[in-house]
Amino acid sequence: MSQDLLNKLTESINLNVGGAIEKAELPYDFATITIHKEHIHEVLEFLKNDKNWNFHFLTDLTGFQTADEKQLGVVYHLHNMITNIRVRIKTHFDINKPEIPTATDIWPGANWMERETFDFYGVKFKGHPNLKRILNVDEMDIFPLRKEYPLEDQQREDKDDKMFGR
Amino acid sequence: MAKKEPIKNTDDFVEEKEYSILNLGPTHPATHGIFQNVLKMDGEIIHEATPTVGYIHRAFEKLAERRPYNQITTLTDRLNYCSSPINNMGWHMTVEKLIGAKLPKRVEYMRVIVMELSRIADHLICNSVIGVDTGAMTGFLYIFQWREKIYDIYESICGARLTTNMGRIGGFEREWPQKTWDLIDAFLKNYPKALQEFANLLERNKIFMDRTINCGPISAEMALNYSFTGPNLRAAGVDYDVRVATPYSSYEDFNFTVPIGTSGDTYDRFMVRQEEMYQSMDIIKQAIKNMPKEGGFHADVPDFYLPPKEEVYNNMEALIYHFKIVMGETDVPKGEIYHCVEGGNGELGFYLQSDGGRTPFRLHFRRPCFIYYQAYPEMIKGSMLSDAIITMSSMNVIAGELDA
Repeated sequence: MSQDLLNKLTESINLNVGGAIEKAELPYDFATITIHKEHIHEVLEFLKNDKNWNFHFLTDLTGFQTADEKQLGVVYHLHNMITNIRVRIKTHFDINKPEIPTATDIWPGANWMERETFDFYGVKFKGHPNLKRILNVDEMDIFPLRKEYPLEDQQREDKDDKMFGR
Repeated sequence: MAKKEPIKNTDDFVEEKEYSILNLGPTHPATHGIFQNVLKMDGEIIHEATPTVGYIHRAFEKLAERRPYNQITTLTDRLNYCSSPINNMGWHMTVEKLIGAKLPKRVEYMRVIVMELSRIADHLICNSVIGVDTGAMTGFLYIFQWREKIYDIYESICGARLTTNMGRIGGFEREWPQKTWDLIDAFLKNYPKALQEFANLLERNKIFMDRTINCGPISAEMALNYSFTGPNLRAAGVDYDVRVATPYSSYEDFNFTVPIGTSGDTYDRFMVRQEEMYQSMDIIKQAIKNMPKEGGFHADVPDFYLPPKEEVYNNMEALIYHFKIVMGETDVPKGEIYHCVEGGNGELGFYLQSDGGRTPFRLHFRRPCFIYYQAYPEMIKGSMLSDAIITMSSMNVIAGELDA
């Protein structure tokens, strides 16, 4: 996507959902727009239903944690197959209050992707029809992809490796 | 529980329906993988299905956060293990995009050959398994040896057959031996005949057609809403192919047709995959014909591509590069990348956040199976149990990719 097109897109988002955009960048030629958390649902709805932009296809939805580890985020990859334009919508929020409206009412396919994000990061999608763990066991009480849960230290020596050659 | 009187005549049957619960899976011979579906059945009609996934979840996204970039290839092998080379190449291309490597045309053409071969392997397994599930075992047994022949080609390139770990960031690990080219030539020469016989067995077979037409259909609109990609979306009538929409690895140089279906049922999915195999062979032929003679088998990226062993022993610079790559100490630029390739069953995407360190800060695999399997309960609602089985095999759900 070119810078011109990105400017047009941010302009039309600003026109329809005022004050929603936090920043818009173009890393590796991929339009990336960061949206304030309060406006995320409105913006997604606008992008899908607007006649000009019509991002009708949700390619991917996933979570991430910001570098300072104090915030969680959700990233949406949208695609308009007719004009072949892709856009990445990001939002972020406090790790202690990870709540965001669901996108399942816009794209039914967001269902399992949101469940996966909840499973890994503990993001609560408000209004999701069936928000429970999907890949991990139901009894798990942590959100494993958060940085506060590191992988096991490979140098640890307190484990008896008589039975399991480590 | 109160003891029931035996039913004397049919008038004694209660009007109120009682559904039976059937647990299909997790290890069921007909599901070809570990999927559990709890079905609420009325006789043989499925009323409701609740799928449970995650039986072989291996936390790849977490593991990837500790591994250097060149060690993640082995994780991608195990996503869709029917077409591992596509996953490998997709991952290499993602990293190359991040570091800005420019590849010789020859490497890109070699990659196209490997990716199309693995697409054939993936599709032929899927299609022959539809045959098995409808009761035609012969086609499966007959066509399966051609997958072995494709695996022989992989073996001559990289030494492995199933989980290939093929190629390196920047190209291939070595020049392909003459044997590889001979095997590819032999495959291209003999496979169309075998595929034609397989097609004769099933494509216009009355029993097969009755069994698969209108079985597990999905409309184009619903398929788009459920984020379908790949042959399943094309069978529903949407001509979206990543190779055409966002060409990678020089796919824009090739001339091929994207087959599409109309009704999105099992028969259309079968036919789309059949035609794609012919198209893939055509692409391989074009790639061999137009293959540039010059260019070598790797790009000039010393930070990521291992130097030849003789140089490591005799040359200080090469030794340093070798050490840094093996220890995974090469830093990459900061950035955010989404790269997608047309995998065996859809758009396989890699979303990578790099903070400049030796490992990815966040890596997410967009796994087509995981995304379209959620539409499965909707697709089988109201159909017979046996239709549900062939719907699943025609969707080509691969457990490794589903659970990551």
